[in-house]
Amino acid sequence: MMKLRAFFLPHRLVMLVLFAALVVWCAVALNWTWLPKYLPLAVQGIWTTLLLLVSTVVLGFLLAVPLGLAQAVGPWYLAWPARLFCTIIRGTPLLLQIWLLYYGLGSVFPYIDGIRDSVFWPYLRAAWPYAVLALTLSFAGYEGEVMRGAFLSVRKGELEAARAFGMPRFMIFRRIWLPLAVRNVLPTLGGETILQLKATPLVATITVVEIFSVSSRVRQDTFIIYEPLLLLAVVYMLIAGVIALAFKLVENRVPSQR
Amino acid sequence: MEALIEWLGLGDSIALLSLSSPGWGMNLLRGLANSLQIALGAFGFGLIIGLFGAYGKLYGGPITRDLLAIYTTVVRAVPELVLILILYFIGTDLINQLALAWGYGRVEISGVAAGIWVLGIVQGAYATEILRGAMLAVPPGQIEAARAYGMRPFLAMRRVTLPLMMAFAIPGLANLWLIATKDTALLAVVGFSELTLETRQAASSTRAYFTFFLAAGGLYLVVTLLSALFFGRIEKWARRGQPSMKGGGA
Repeated sequence: MMKLRAFFLPHRLVMLVLFAALVVWCAVALNWTWLPKYLPLAVQGIWTTLLLLVSTVVLGFLLAVPLGLAQAVGPWYLAWPARLFCTIIRGTPLLLQIWLLYYGLGSVFPYIDGIRDSVFWPYLRAAWPYAVLALTLSFAGYEGEVMRGAFLSVRKGELEAARAFGMPRFMIFRRIWLPLAVRNVLPTLGGETILQLKATPLVATITVVEIFSVSSRVRQDTFIIYEPLLLLAVVYMLIAGVIALAFKLVENRVPSQR
Repeated sequence: MEALIEWLGLGDSIALLSLSSPGWGMNLLRGLANSLQIALGAFGFGLIIGLFGAYGKLYGGPITRDLLAIYTTVVRAVPELVLILILYFIGTDLINQLALAWGYGRVEISGVAAGIWVLGIVQGAYATEILRGAMLAVPPGQIEAARAYGMRPFLAMRRVTLPLMMAFAIPGLANLWLIATKDTALLAVVGFSELTLETRQAASSTRAYFTFFLAAGGLYLVVTLLSALFFGRIEKWARRGQPSMKGGGA
């Protein structure tokens, strides 16, 4: 209750009123006639965006764990390729990576013998597998670096205690090392997930229909510029807010070390 | 050397990437120059915004602080691509209306200026947070001492706060610079011919997608690695005179 009281200072009340006035003005004065027609498409677009986000974050994280482990404690023949991969992913723009995979692989596949008769061909012709692949690799590249630091930040005593209990190596990893490492970087992971959300509109450039490309289509069909973009920004802010809140809840649930 | 190129089957790629006319190397380099120009401009513009923003957040009144909080939160929550489109349309609209009001015709806006304006505002939000954090890391006694000597705020900023916070700000700013170089690629979506768009044009007219995209990736990577070296140097310079942490304070 005290927190709420501290938030509502007099100047904040004035600002809230101004903000409410702005929202009302936006709702009344701007042109929203296109909205009912495009609403089903927009809902589908948001769904696609969320699906892309969740699937690439999960897949990317699964890939990032071995990448981080290889860099942190692996022998040189595993550590070097992992470091090279992370450097390349982090050193080049995501847009370039997406285009390289989509146009590059897309131009090579049709010339492979027999691939057009295989069951994979419908997938290889669609755009979304390339989008998922590019976003997954990108997330894995950034997260591999984060997980490297996370694995190294777990205190040696914890692992030694687990070994003293006679746990096998994989169980130590599953029960002690990974959970402690992830707990240490939970705030970073939340930030990176929001960054991944902000990376998803790039796949609109390779014809994946998510929420950004829906707004582009409204702009091209109706020549209305600001309203779709404004709504788009609000949608992204809401999703980012939900992600931040979710990570906050998880962070509050795990006991902190410090 | 030539035998090696022949053996690897790279002859075609080399020809495509050559700098003289049938090759597209010059286009790529021109795109790289454009990208770097925009990245530098946006980084500088962002630093200026960040400096004012950080001071506003630390020493400003309650309204300034709230407005800056809204600015940094919104910019960091909305995808750069969306912000670029919004700021691009707002910028061109504003300038055209101003030009009409003063009796000029429609103005052609240079891509470089638009790119710097758009990316600069995005960079400013991140720079604000980085510089604010760095300023908070400066020991308050140092600033109090400067005030006790009777230094004016601007002098204290120039002689005490800025030099002392440099060491804390450089790693974050180095990251920000790398983001700036990579974000220039997003301007390809609004049709500005920087490295990524030049690459795509070259690739789609020659159908040699892998050659050109890999070459462009190599260029970006070179920029990244050189920047890392450069910022490492600067950080060393900014940390001169600080006690070394080697040996864990033993």
